[in-house]
Amino acid sequence: MQGDRDAAMKKFADLHLCPSLRNTDSLKGMINTAYRLGYHFLGVSLPAKISQGEIQELREICNTAGADLVTRVDLTPKTSRDLLNQLRHFRRRFEVVAVTCLSKAVARQAAKDRRVDLLSFPADPRKRFFDAAEGELASKALAALEINMASVLSLQGFPRVRLLSRLRWEAEIAKRFKVPLVVSSGADNEYLLRAPRDFATLSNLFDLPLSSALNSLSEVPRSIVERNRLKLSPGYVAPGVRVIKEGKDCQRV
Amino acid sequence: MPKGLRRRYLAFKIVSEGTVTEGELTKALWDAVLRLFGEYGASQTGLLLVEYNGERKYAILRCWHKALELVRASVASITELKGKPAALHVIGVSGTLKALHKKFL
Repeated sequence: MQGDRDAAMKKFADLHLCPSLRNTDSLKGMINTAYRLGYHFLGVSLPAKISQGEIQELREICNTAGADLVTRVDLTPKTSRDLLNQLRHFRRRFEVVAVTCLSKAVARQAAKDRRVDLLSFPADPRKRFFDAAEGELASKALAALEINMASVLSLQGFPRVRLLSRLRWEAEIAKRFKVPLVVSSGADNEYLLRAPRDFATLSNLFDLPLSSALNSLSEVPRSIVERNRLKLSPGYVAPGVRVIKEGKDCQRV
Repeated sequence: MPKGLRRRYLAFKIVSEGTVTEGELTKALWDAVLRLFGEYGASQTGLLLVEYNGERKYAILRCWHKALELVRASVASITELKGKPAALHVIGVSGTLKALHKKFL
């Protein structure tokens, strides 16, 4: 029960909710459920061309529920050049940038680009390109590997066996190269949401220890969000350098 | 009860579209344990549905404390009941039924 006590003290984050933005009732329902289950930071996957007004509406829904909205964009580029173009356009508009890698070339480019926060892969084990080379690149660029629990929950039988086996291998590589792991729901409806402690227990299925799993649901995503919020703040210049005063605020010496 | 074996009581909330009977819930729980951990794993759980409240949509099950994580994972893995989408959310775990009722229900 030590895990329960630890879990009670952490601020949890689910960085991958995929609700239908058109259906406001279902959206509100999902956000409320996620907050009730214990998540403080809620990353909602948004379309790349969403307006600031729509983001503000969503932020208000989250604030009403008591949660903190994290804006997230999911890029699915076909080529590495396409990825670079999309990153140039969207990096500064969203707090979290996730790249769904559908080819090895895109996966390699995403792993070495410092603008990418999360590396995401399809559930099909043949299309998961997270190997040792990818792990080495990702560890240098601070990218994290995202594990969507929705696929673990919704698959059954042999496909789930293959997915769990692949995830076990990926978790081992991530540990070896010190690539942070982010466990998120990837839920598109309320029924795929689970409490952080339940996701941590499910992560045991691919041999992720309970403490690491709880970190992947709290400290790791929170640090990504905080780092990016700092970078997107107006006074940010470079890591460790921030504008504190400017113009009239500065006194002449 | 053999010496050294302790029990845990686990309360969970049922979120589903339709209503389920106690028998259907028990079957879904056993199916989930068998699917994830097989017959050998299921034999170690000592799983028993102790209480079921269809109106308030919660249930309590009992298992051996060494199999708690296994049972918890199985409960969390259930995504449908009677063919309709559903989710079981663990509310709390305790060593006695009395404490579980006092703390969580």
